[in-house]
Amino acid sequence: MKKRDLLMVGMGGQGIVLASDILGEVALAAGYDVKKTDTLGMAQRGGSVVSHVRIADKVWSPLIKEGEVDLLVAFEKLEAARWSYYLREGSVAIVNNQSTPPLSVSLGTHRYPGDKDIEDTLKRWAGRVCFVNGTHKAEKLGDLRTLNMLMLGCVSSFLPIDVDIWKDCISQRLSPNILKMNMAAFDQGREEMSSANLR
Amino acid sequence: MKKLLSGNEAFALGAYHAGVMVAAAYPGTPSTEILESIARFDDIYAEWSTNEKVAMEVGLGAAYAGVRALVSMKQVGLNVASDPFMAASITGINGGLVVIVADDPGAFSTQNEQDTRHYAKLSKVPMLEPSDSQEAYDLMAVAFEISEKFDTPVLVRSSTRISHSKSVVVTNRSLVTSAKQASFKHDVEKYVMLPVHVRLRRPLIEERLVRLTAYAETFPRNHIFWGELKLGVVSSGVAYQYAREVFPNACFLKLGMTYPLPQNLLRQFAEGVERLIVVEELDPFLEENILAMGIKVAGKEFIPRIGELNTGIVEEAGHRAGLVAEPSRRKIALPQGLPGRPPVLCAGCPHAGIFFVLNTVGQRSKLLDARGKAEEEGKLIITGDIGCYTLATYPPLRAMDTTACMGAGIGQALGMEKAGVGSKVVAVIGDSTFLHSGITGLVDAVYNKAGVTIIILDNGTTAMTGHQDHPGTGISAKGKKTEAVELERLVRGVGVDDVKVVNAFDMKALRSAVRSSLDNTELSVIIVRGACSVRLRKRSGHRAVDMDKCDGCEVCLRIGCPAIQKLDEQVCIDATLCAGDACTICEQLCPKKAIGPLTAVGESK
Repeated sequence: MKKRDLLMVGMGGQGIVLASDILGEVALAAGYDVKKTDTLGMAQRGGSVVSHVRIADKVWSPLIKEGEVDLLVAFEKLEAARWSYYLREGSVAIVNNQSTPPLSVSLGTHRYPGDKDIEDTLKRWAGRVCFVNGTHKAEKLGDLRTLNMLMLGCVSSFLPIDVDIWKDCISQRLSPNILKMNMAAFDQGREEMSSANLR
Repeated sequence: MKKLLSGNEAFALGAYHAGVMVAAAYPGTPSTEILESIARFDDIYAEWSTNEKVAMEVGLGAAYAGVRALVSMKQVGLNVASDPFMAASITGINGGLVVIVADDPGAFSTQNEQDTRHYAKLSKVPMLEPSDSQEAYDLMAVAFEISEKFDTPVLVRSSTRISHSKSVVVTNRSLVTSAKQASFKHDVEKYVMLPVHVRLRRPLIEERLVRLTAYAETFPRNHIFWGELKLGVVSSGVAYQYAREVFPNACFLKLGMTYPLPQNLLRQFAEGVERLIVVEELDPFLEENILAMGIKVAGKEFIPRIGELNTGIVEEAGHRAGLVAEPSRRKIALPQGLPGRPPVLCAGCPHAGIFFVLNTVGQRSKLLDARGKAEEEGKLIITGDIGCYTLATYPPLRAMDTTACMGAGIGQALGMEKAGVGSKVVAVIGDSTFLHSGITGLVDAVYNKAGVTIIILDNGTTAMTGHQDHPGTGISAKGKKTEAVELERLVRGVGVDDVKVVNAFDMKALRSAVRSSLDNTELSVIIVRGACSVRLRKRSGHRAVDMDKCDGCEVCLRIGCPAIQKLDEQVCIDATLCAGDACTICEQLCPKKAIGPLTAVGESK
């Protein structure tokens, strides 16, 4: 496999760090070298969160270079736009169809970008932008908090790694009483991407 | 065995496998998880100390007693701990003492950006630097060996990127050392630093440095990787990884020990290459020390000395220095005009209510409205320090005027008052920071008859760094129940007469407590108590807005609660974020009584 640089972005509290942790463990289990790092504004909820995951035969820097991301996984639309400058030409963006306006928007000092703006921003570099109704689907599965496993299911369609490895790693990290629901979310994510052929 | 570990987890496992017996720390990003990880090992004593100075003293005591001890902190923590740390350098140790200090280049979560390597030179102790989790793991055994061999504490410098990145670790050791029995050997000339003994030990420190410098020459983790001889790169820490990616064909001298430096090895490397550069994060520490050896070297003339490095920055710098071709990739243009998403006080945060009161009583909202117009003065000055509550600096609360370091707000308030600032001064401080170093400020305020108000925001945890316990919570770092320090008794005990304890979610009580304290010309303390909302297990009674009653006055938006949003000109409450019955601040503040439990509001329609 060629190198794969993945950026997972969203907001504090969405489970991005756990999802990228599992992604890293999947890559390790599949025999690759892997480095991952989370850059958080502060150790607080609600801020912008970004996780870098680098998978290759040998990885040096834990941080991905701007303009080099192969797959952007955004848990929220504004965050997708914010980190779009990391995308390389012809890359892929998977975007959860959720808008959460930050306080500055609620207070009326800033405007939340429209869907068209967001798509155009991503399309400047991404060869392909896939919107996913992740939040809605996760809610339907019974718990919003399964969104991260649903997004991970989407990511699994992007990497040539056997699905059993994914499920093993997820089982090891989640407690048994929430595993079933999260596994369903993971499968839902895979299904969302089934026709996309992202590899 | 292969594992994916963060640098902090790797430090902990490496120290455990090296037979560490005692570990002490105060939580601070990015160092927190070192102690958290080590506390999970049953056979190690691990504690959250009240501050880094105490942690250092605990570690030093354990080391004097002959066992291996680990002390960890963030970079500004070493400033607090520097007194016992400098003492440790001169007394030396007995069992190994390793001090991990995590720098924060880029100041992601710190009031400062400082390069801990200078402390190695100041204290004349060795400095080790890992460049990934594997080295973080490996270096622990090495660090303890050096510490014991040379009778010195050993500094290990991490950084946010090392501490919080995960990379693959092959664990090659398991716990083999049988638990060493602690025992103390009386030696007053070594451990009692009376001036007469200091004079005896001072030359030993210089001799130790000479021996360490010789050792650095053969230190196996100072390693040369030969490549094309046109360029030689000296690097350490995570900067090495970026440099390796940008200059794939160059020669590298990777330094695992960055103080003292291996002079002969550096000369040999410099002579072997046509051009020599240093790639290092923050200060030109290596560069200046290499220049002082008379070796021609460059670095900071093209590599930034401010902020975190990354591959892109090193590549740009390499291009400016004529070392690599111009990066061929497209020019990066940042998306413009997007609203920021700074961290905010959480929905249901127990600090929101009191800050709203301080904002309104101090008429600070009016200043926000008048921004750019009248130059008005607020009615209150609010001094603070480091914790979640520092986030109340942002609009709409705007209820914080100073943040210097942990515990500083109380002394600052006293200083302002004594300087005759005119306005009433209020110091706000968290429960954990109060115990960390606010208490000495409080004693000073009592002793010097300060007329300020001190508000202790007691949410029962160290929330900002991820809910670590502290002496006020009655739970140890190992999760065991222990004696809890009761803040009100403590405050009364040092001599404060006016002490009030108020429920953080009772707006009326908060307002009257603040008013009464502000009227008091003598020292007063208000303890505002309410549990951190992130730890709220069960949420019920989510609030909603009755649109028939809402007149759009937006008072509720002034709380800065992230659950209260304005969408399409209507205020609404996000039920998934709302803390409900546990909070109700918005309900208490709404002038039109338009906010209530979701069910009640639904019924009224």
